[in-house]
Amino acid sequence: MDRFQRQINLRGLGVDGQNKLQNASVLVVGAGGLGCPALQYLAAAGIGKIGILDGDRVTLSNLNRQVLFGRADTGKLKAVVAAEFLTKKYGDSTYIGLPYFLDNENAIELIGQYDLVLDCTDNFASRYLINDACVLLNKPFVQGAIFRDEGQLAVFNYHPNGEPACNYRDLYPTPPNQEIIPDCNETGVLGVLPGIIGTYQASEAVKIICKRGIPLVNTVMLINIFSNSSYLLTIRPRPTTSQLIPSSPEAFKKKDYGWSCASVKSLSWEEARGVYEQQPKNTVWVDVRERGEKPELDRPQHLLMSLSELDQQIESIKNFSHILLFCKSGLRSRIAAEKLSVSLSKKEVYSITGGLDDVHSPANSKKLWQKK
Amino acid sequence: MDKQKIKIRAFGLIAEKMETDDFDLEGLHDTDGVRMALLGKFPSLEKIDFAIAVDKELIDKNTSLKSGAEVALLPPFSGG
Repeated sequence: MDRFQRQINLRGLGVDGQNKLQNASVLVVGAGGLGCPALQYLAAAGIGKIGILDGDRVTLSNLNRQVLFGRADTGKLKAVVAAEFLTKKYGDSTYIGLPYFLDNENAIELIGQYDLVLDCTDNFASRYLINDACVLLNKPFVQGAIFRDEGQLAVFNYHPNGEPACNYRDLYPTPPNQEIIPDCNETGVLGVLPGIIGTYQASEAVKIICKRGIPLVNTVMLINIFSNSSYLLTIRPRPTTSQLIPSSPEAFKKKDYGWSCASVKSLSWEEARGVYEQQPKNTVWVDVRERGEKPELDRPQHLLMSLSELDQQIESIKNFSHILLFCKSGLRSRIAAEKLSVSLSKKEVYSITGGLDDVHSPANSKKLWQKK
Repeated sequence: MDKQKIKIRAFGLIAEKMETDDFDLEGLHDTDGVRMALLGKFPSLEKIDFAIAVDKELIDKNTSLKSGAEVALLPPFSGG
């Protein structure tokens, strides 16, 4: 009896299906709310090689939904923790932790090494990046996405009969106006919703690999856990879609995929203080507001480096390994973090969520900050 | 002339902005008309990109509607 006996017994799967799973490789992009449940079931099913791609670190606010991680993991790299956990748990497959973000430099080479991709990301830049890379490489991918109590699921770039297959741009040709989309970290969510959608993604992946069942081909599924309603929508390839996708890997590398939540790491004030307390000498606090903006701040000791002068002043923070950026609301610090993550790619650059408006900020919670 | 009824199903941010996800509109005969009527009623929708499906099939151009047709408004989701 091996650990896969119960699925080998399943009609239509059998030893043949199990061999397919064990010979398959899947890249899971994003080890967050969707990625955690997907990874657990893909690993349990015995997928031979699983890549876990995520440059983010575990924070306390992740734990209501990112069920591979616990309190003791906060501050650690998600990809590394997940790969170690699954290796320890099963040990009969290969789990590769890839602790960085997908970008147009690495996407083609990375995705090229896998049979199938799960899009478990939390931002549009990554979703279009994965879509275009998978179309260029002719790889199927299973996309999951959530908004409050609703989830969206689809299989793209795959048709079992070789007929024309839809990709994400057949549904949404170009990325939406990002300003109106709520911040990835600010929209409230119950853990079970990404749990359900991520588990569905694993189910679709297993169906495609084993060629068993009817995957969501040219179909989008919407699920609402608040009202228990679901909706299946038929989509068709659009004749104009191919013009939107880069024509070659070289053109792909030159394309600007723009702003992404994943390229910006964010922390709460409490978490930022934790980073500072661990490495006080290597950490710098930076106020990216314009000079003279109120409230003025005494503590923590910080540099003033307004967003508009960021490039000229970059020298003054180059000697620090951890850079904690803040502004009034968290918006400018996020833009600053995005810029600095590119120019200082080897540093840990964080934007502090909520900015000085946050109730726990040094402007609003002076007692907390006076002692340090 | 009778006023034909169209059923509206809204998802995600669109449902949130309209504060409802399920209602009827009367006297409309194509999807462009539905879009105009909704923008008139809910101006905040103007800044939101969304796809439209008629009777559970995605459309990419103005589509005529029969009485009882269901028009779904589908904004993209990005969360994970």
